[in-house]
Amino acid sequence: MSKLEAQRSWGERLILLVPYLWLAAFFLVPFLIVLKISLSHTAVAQPPYTPVFDVAAGWSGVIRALSTLSLENYALLGSDSLYLASYIKSLEIAAGSTLLLLLIGFPIAYGMARAPRRWQPVVFVLVVLPFWTSFLIRIYAWINILQRDGLLNQLLLALRIVDEPPAWLSTDTAVYLGIVYSYLPFMVLPIYATLEKMDETLLEAAADLGCPNWKAFWLVTLPLSRPGMVAGALLCFIPIVGEFVIPDLLGSSQTMMIGQTLWAEFFANRDWPVASAVAVVLLCLLVMPIVIYEQVQTRDLARGG
Amino acid sequence: MFAPWADPAARPLVRFDGVSKRFGTATAVERVSLDIFSGEFFALLGPSGCGKTTLLRLLAGLEMPDDGRILLDGAELTTVPPYRRPINLMFQSYALFPHLTVEGNVAFGLKQEALPKAEIASRVDEMLALVRLEGFAKRKPQHLSGGQRQRVALARSLIKRPRVLLLDEPLAALDKKLRSETQFELMQLQESLGLTFVIVTHDQQEAMTVAGRIAVMDHGRLVQVATPQEIYERPTSRWVADFIGEINLIEGSVTEVGRSGTVVASAAGRLRALSPADVTAGDVVWVALRPEKVRIALEPPPVEGENCVAGQVADIGYLGDLSIYKVRLDNGIIMKTAVANVTRLVERPINWDDRVWLTWSSEAAMVLTR
Ligand SMILES: Nc1ncnc2c1ncn2[C@@H]1O[C@H](COP(=O)(O)OP(=O)(O)OP(=O)(O)O)[C@@H](O)[C@H]1O
Ligand SMILES: [Mg+2]
Repeated sequence: MSKLEAQRSWGERLILLVPYLWLAAFFLVPFLIVLKISLSHTAVAQPPYTPVFDVAAGWSGVIRALSTLSLENYALLGSDSLYLASYIKSLEIAAGSTLLLLLIGFPIAYGMARAPRRWQPVVFVLVVLPFWTSFLIRIYAWINILQRDGLLNQLLLALRIVDEPPAWLSTDTAVYLGIVYSYLPFMVLPIYATLEKMDETLLEAAADLGCPNWKAFWLVTLPLSRPGMVAGALLCFIPIVGEFVIPDLLGSSQTMMIGQTLWAEFFANRDWPVASAVAVVLLCLLVMPIVIYEQVQTRDLARGG
Repeated sequence: MFAPWADPAARPLVRFDGVSKRFGTATAVERVSLDIFSGEFFALLGPSGCGKTTLLRLLAGLEMPDDGRILLDGAELTTVPPYRRPINLMFQSYALFPHLTVEGNVAFGLKQEALPKAEIASRVDEMLALVRLEGFAKRKPQHLSGGQRQRVALARSLIKRPRVLLLDEPLAALDKKLRSETQFELMQLQESLGLTFVIVTHDQQEAMTVAGRIAVMDHGRLVQVATPQEIYERPTSRWVADFIGEINLIEGSVTEVGRSGTVVASAAGRLRALSPADVTAGDVVWVALRPEKVRIALEPPPVEGENCVAGQVADIGYLGDLSIYKVRLDNGIIMKTAVANVTRLVERPINWDDRVWLTWSSEAAMVLTR
């Protein structure tokens, strides 16, 4: 290997190191801290848990602290049905709204990709335009619309669709509505990206081989847009599971989503160890779909080769 | 000999009847009228952008003509959607489905006909064997070489046994050797299956090799439709003569029209050539002469009567099988002559700056009026 190559490969290695350093600094280290707290005990102290690593006591202090760690907080999560209900509720809402997002997002992305070339930038801007307004303001706007005497009920009454104004706020419907509304661009854009770069001659080839347009959609367009749908689904599902603001502002306080439970443990109960345990379990739940997706992809690759 | 186009009673399989296609203000195909007969291997030849692909796409139903009609077996085809036409197109870019295996790609057309599974499987196997891709059935197109992809595309468009198979520059992506092999495979395939092929190419050698008839296109129009020999030996215009192969063109005016040929007065002297019937004395014409029909010698010819001009060798190109001599005539005109290197080259007998005499028979030259 020449000197130049050696230098370059060092440079390359350094560049490759950057994302790992980033992950280590902003993901791994915080995660280890949370993991450690989840194994600690609540205490009326600052910070509100024990043990705290006693750096002054040296190595033996660290050993002593580690020896008192326990899994009791995880046991609590298992024994109190509140947590389980919370997890299930979160997964249910995330799965349901991801499905809704797919059903609504796909036609929008398809329409965008099929729009005349010169209109595409305009449509694109329209889809991302909501981001120009603060997320909180948009959710507060929904509260206004969904109130008992809000715009939605006024419209329904005016059109004589209902006689009594139904309650929308503090229902799951409102949560679904808020989530689908907020996350739609995250579903539309990846699907649009795959549809947009799809080779149109493939559809012509399908037609040439005896396939009417609607069938070509099922046999060609849909399978080819799968990567976009998977990316959109992951991009929506994962943050929705941990969603806090939308269910807190639009949903009921009956069953909480896991983000709300987490918030309550941290700030209302000041129980950092249990809150950390909730977060660790949540993370494990969220890693699962990604791992499954990776598995599917490697299997596909293996089959192709 | 197979020549249905010469038979006035023969019914064409495909008929273009005054077909035009415009994209905005640009005309891609202009008033094309053309008959293609069953069992023909027909080539569309022309420079890039002359409308070859558009003509194929019109026939496949992927474009709608603005004017004119297209008939298949005498029946109107223009209103039939592409998925109901018994015509298949092999795309210039192959357009293989990336999410399907080789097998899935080839079976695609048959699956649309809802044939029994067993029949589909056996016909796919048969087709893969025909294009020699038996071992590749389970591969995805991304994992194939360019030549293999091209064979998958061919198999996919052949499997429905179309009345007409359209091939849009099918061999453009192949290297020279593989291309000439595949040309012969295509010809054998066409003959053994008894199908009608229409191939698009901008490679004139390819068109001459594979096709029974060639349509030469320029700017959306057909300029000449004829057999390869006829196009080469009797082009109807300077443009065709120049597009197909090499040509020497000498401008002049007709001085004499007689039984022994036409005499043209030109800057290179009085030249005798064959000519179309409709020239009269005084017409401005071009004498066209293929380089390989010109003889070159270091001595003046012993007998008068043939066409003979003298000049100096300006350039020599050695191509292996041929040597090309560029000769500057005394009046400044450059003429090319090609000489087959039948003996091994030890010492070139004709050299740069030699004084040479070029001769050719009057049958070898043509008079072109356009
Ligand atoms: N969809 C289209 N929109 C606008 N113009 C087009 C379209 N398709 C073709 N054209 C134009 O029509 C003309 C003929 O195009 P065509 O593709 O038929 O050429 P071609 O002979 O196949 O050329 P090549 O040898 O480069 O493939 C070109 O000038 C091209 O720019
Ligand atoms: Mg083309």
